[in-house]
Amino acid sequence: MKQIITIIIILASTLSFAQVDSTLFKRQKTETTQQLNMDAVYNRPFLSYGKLPVSVGGYAEVNWQHISTDGISEGHQFQMRRMTLFVASTISKRIKFLSEIEFEEGGKEIAIEFASLDVEFQPLFNLRGGIIMNPIGAFNQNHDGPKWEFTDRPISATQMLPATWSNAGFGLFGKNYQNDWMFGYELYLSGSFDDAIIDNEESKTFLPASKNNTERFEESASGTPLTTAKIAIRNKYFGEIGLSYMGGIYNTFQEDGIVLDGKRRLNVFAIDYTTTIPKTNTFITGEWAWINVDVPETYSQQYGNKQYGGFLDIVHPVLKRKMLGWEHAVLNLACRLEYVDWNVGTFKETGGNIGEEIWSVMPAVSFRPTPQTVFRLNYRIQRQTDILNNAPEKTGGFSFGISSYF
Amino acid sequence: MNTKRLLTYTILLFAIIAMVSCDKLLPAAPANEEVLDGEIEGLAPEQHAQFLRGDEAFGEVFTSAKGLGPLFVTNSCVSCHAGDGKGHPFTTLTRFGQTDNTGNQFLNMGGPQLQHRALTGYQPESIPNGATFSKFTPPAVTGLGFLQYVTDADILAMSDPNDADGDGISGVPNWIILNDFVIPALDAITQNGMYIHRFGKKAAAYDLLDQTVGAYNQDMGITSSYNPMDTHSGLSIDPEISDNTVRDVVAYLQTLKAPAPRNQNDPQVINGKSLFNQINCASCHKPKLTTSYSPVEVLSYKEFYPFTDLLLHDMGSGLDDGYTEGNALSSEWRTTPLWGLGLSPSTQGGQYFLMHDGRANSIEQAILLHGGEAENSKNQFLNLSETEKADLIKFLESL
Repeated sequence: MKQIITIIIILASTLSFAQVDSTLFKRQKTETTQQLNMDAVYNRPFLSYGKLPVSVGGYAEVNWQHISTDGISEGHQFQMRRMTLFVASTISKRIKFLSEIEFEEGGKEIAIEFASLDVEFQPLFNLRGGIIMNPIGAFNQNHDGPKWEFTDRPISATQMLPATWSNAGFGLFGKNYQNDWMFGYELYLSGSFDDAIIDNEESKTFLPASKNNTERFEESASGTPLTTAKIAIRNKYFGEIGLSYMGGIYNTFQEDGIVLDGKRRLNVFAIDYTTTIPKTNTFITGEWAWINVDVPETYSQQYGNKQYGGFLDIVHPVLKRKMLGWEHAVLNLACRLEYVDWNVGTFKETGGNIGEEIWSVMPAVSFRPTPQTVFRLNYRIQRQTDILNNAPEKTGGFSFGISSYF
Repeated sequence: MNTKRLLTYTILLFAIIAMVSCDKLLPAAPANEEVLDGEIEGLAPEQHAQFLRGDEAFGEVFTSAKGLGPLFVTNSCVSCHAGDGKGHPFTTLTRFGQTDNTGNQFLNMGGPQLQHRALTGYQPESIPNGATFSKFTPPAVTGLGFLQYVTDADILAMSDPNDADGDGISGVPNWIILNDFVIPALDAITQNGMYIHRFGKKAAAYDLLDQTVGAYNQDMGITSSYNPMDTHSGLSIDPEISDNTVRDVVAYLQTLKAPAPRNQNDPQVINGKSLFNQINCASCHKPKLTTSYSPVEVLSYKEFYPFTDLLLHDMGSGLDDGYTEGNALSSEWRTTPLWGLGLSPSTQGGQYFLMHDGRANSIEQAILLHGGEAENSKNQFLNLSETEKADLIKFLESL
């Protein structure tokens, strides 16, 4: 009997799929004005079906790379970097749910990057609860591959700041606009970092190390909240500037009531800026962050207590017309400038500068047949020093990738 | 799209593919003689594979979860030996507690090595009152396989404990009882149950296994079946690293290439080499040694040029820290191999930190710190003209 029921269910579900005509899916238009970086989670080309209150979407990124460091290369590498699925639903008037699930490296890593319930009381006062993306800088929330002209995510955003950095938590957000001005804010209390940021295999203070701790969605290592706050102001002509802060106790200072260590804080400050120069349509975006971590005096200077770094992307459209049969295709020239110092300071023993620095210049050509899809060709020129500040490793090479919403 | 345009786009696409596939557009490898790391040429495939495993283990970063500490000096081999070259004062280690051949009187107080860093919740060690100490800057680790296969007989042949030839230079081996896990070489020479040790600033390590096990344990607080003692509790604990990994690291160290000399036809270098011999630097810094049989074929019966005699020499009161190991006097130091000297800044943050504790910031400073058995050579160096000094230093930089 069970088998018969199973067969019926499978047949019914197959038939029901067969009845769905994909042309009936409607792509919701994305908003390009009156949006801030904080709106990125909703400002995506979702697909909706009829009057169903559920929209779906996603994007995928596939790359080819040929990179070499000091003459040593892994050769030609083909990478399915990630595939991300979004599901959004309007539960009732002013109550929405949105989730983002990311599959990285062919499913090796699966992460819920965002899954939150938003309740709107008024535009300036919304409650959000669930797995939130901490609004530090702009990239952490606005990280979708198809939005960027580069195959790699910025080093400062992923190797210094921990994009995509999500935690279970609650908070408030809101925005308001008047004439040419728009103002937005976000304030969240969430799960936090852990001791891994100064006890990791990267051999440096490394905030992304806490991402390996998936238990953070259930249990905060320090038992204290991580506070993340951001304000952003946008002017129609000037662009958007955001100031953000993230900080809290990161270490397990007590367990079972026994005090193990003092409370150790980390503080992150970031500034981000996005604008489009009206005359040339040149798009500029960048962010810079400063990190302070309380590292025990007894610990190695290998793990620094200060870091800073950021990136600047300049994207200039050189051709905007019908190309290869696409009506509004765009060909861009772009360049990304990046810098990170993971260990700001001097050696106690010599007074010499501690290394652990990286800089990179990445010229790029990108082609957008439609706004949702980008083909991009990058060449990376990168120099990275070790902690002793020896002559930098030279990395360079090409990467080509396609990223598209679907 | 018309055919002509399609053809143009296709040609353009293939041109881009051809361009991005070209290795010449990628950063080139530095010249072999400009870097210290790299394997000896001619390794068998299985030796090459073990070299790669050892290289990876050499770079492994230990965390608390992987057994680091809880007291330690550093968290990986490579952090002390960046680029397989000499280290930096940042990773200089401190040893304390032994003043003569009666042994270390401070073993129950954390000796012989100071673990001055600690995981959170632990207190690092400090030097006990009354203990003498010495700081050791990490040495280069290249070419060690060649040094391992110099026979004891050859080392003894270079020693002159009673200065029989009257040149003011003696040179003695450091005779020490073997650690339990060390298997002596088949042609090893013994004296009262002790063996000639050859690695380390005081020549207190017998072979590369001895050196590696000691470094894991004392530098990183990593126990192995060879040395299961936890440096914090002083008790034996489960191994935190496998025997295979230790063996891989030993094989890696054994098969790292010897530093390649550079600019050997430069007239300044040629003149400097002649001066090096003339002022008797070569009496201790022996240019040429020979290996005996090695199971690694490319190390067997080879002549090589390390500029050391692997012996201890009295270096005078200026370099006597009052600390020693084995049967060495506190003023005695093993002759440092000079090969790769000119490349030292490339792994020391762009500057020199020479002598056992990195106190010399130039080759000239290092020469001037020589005393004891090297006093005569130092004085002869001081008597050279400025041009001759420059030539001698140029020669040393070429090694």
